[in-house]
Amino acid sequence: MTVRLRVNGETKDVDVDPEMPLLWVLRDVLGLPGTKYGCGQALCGACTIHLDGEAVRSCVTPVRRAVGREITTIEGLSKDGSHPLQRAWVELAVPQCGFCQGGQIMTAAALLAKKPKPTDDEIDTSLAGNLCRCGTYIRIRAAVKRAAGL
Amino acid sequence: MSTSRGRFAILVTLLACGTPAAVLPPRVTPPLPDQLRPPSAFDGILDRAERSRALFAEASRVLFHPRCANCHPSGDAPTQRDDLERHDPPVVRGDHDQGVPGLMCGSCHQDDNAALARVPGAPKWQLAPREMAWQDRSAHQVCEQIKDRSRNGNRSLDAVVEHVAHDPLVGWGWHPGADRASAPGTQAEAGALVAAWVATGAECPPEDRKKGVSR
Repeated sequence: MTVRLRVNGETKDVDVDPEMPLLWVLRDVLGLPGTKYGCGQALCGACTIHLDGEAVRSCVTPVRRAVGREITTIEGLSKDGSHPLQRAWVELAVPQCGFCQGGQIMTAAALLAKKPKPTDDEIDTSLAGNLCRCGTYIRIRAAVKRAAGL
Repeated sequence: MSTSRGRFAILVTLLACGTPAAVLPPRVTPPLPDQLRPPSAFDGILDRAERSRALFAEASRVLFHPRCANCHPSGDAPTQRDDLERHDPPVVRGDHDQGVPGLMCGSCHQDDNAALARVPGAPKWQLAPREMAWQDRSAHQVCEQIKDRSRNGNRSLDAVVEHVAHDPLVGWGWHPGADRASAPGTQAEAGALVAAWVATGAECPPEDRKKGVSR
């Protein structure tokens, strides 16, 4: 079945089962590997993307849910890596292994879109569902604050 | 004659004379774990208020079931599984009972159960408002909450019946997916019990300080 999607500002027609997880479509059909497969159960946050600006776990989201909505992946957050969060991530050398960081940034971007000047508690509660096995949480929080100009 | 001996003598006399039905203890079939007794099962309780309280007690087996109580927490975080464990990931209710930016209920929960990932889902997945907490409350307290429009989403009792009987999110309790245990009975049966409770005066059980469900 052909499914029409809007991904990072472009229209894409894909021939997939409507129940296929959006993550599979992004990575395996559209070749956008920045969104990672972590747990497959919405427990780790590595697969976080945006649907109409809201952070969503793409590993448990059937592609049919994304029809008619704007999908943004880490590749589409900015054209050249210039999003304030991406710059802050580089400046503070946040990643260690890096596997979870795309999801961390996408969640943080959804937070800043709603709360441009978040408190430490708001940062922590919003990012509580994004796991980092390297334990970069302190730098993540610092980078979110830097991106927010705090 | 002591009081207990006196009561025994009266009972023997009544039995010997043919006991009036009104004097007999209510004959109500005992509950089964996975089923709800229909309103007619309580017809043997002739006192209307008592029958109403018994109907609520039966309906409360649904209210306090983990499938329902997990999203009626007394704090700001939902629980999960049958032992009301802390929700993983550690979400909080946020300003509108739907999570916080970046970690909304809908970030993970879909409109239906995700079979392979085992993530439960139903339309408008969210926490019950704080004033509708059922965890750490007695059946009496929950009953009074349900009748109070300031704590029940401004619902009339008829709207409460409709909510229990037909709301899709409530209905998820009987279709939880994966290996999760369903609430007892069916949604229609729960709705019928609540309707019968309302029809008999919506009486609340007495306060006994026993919590319906707690972590």
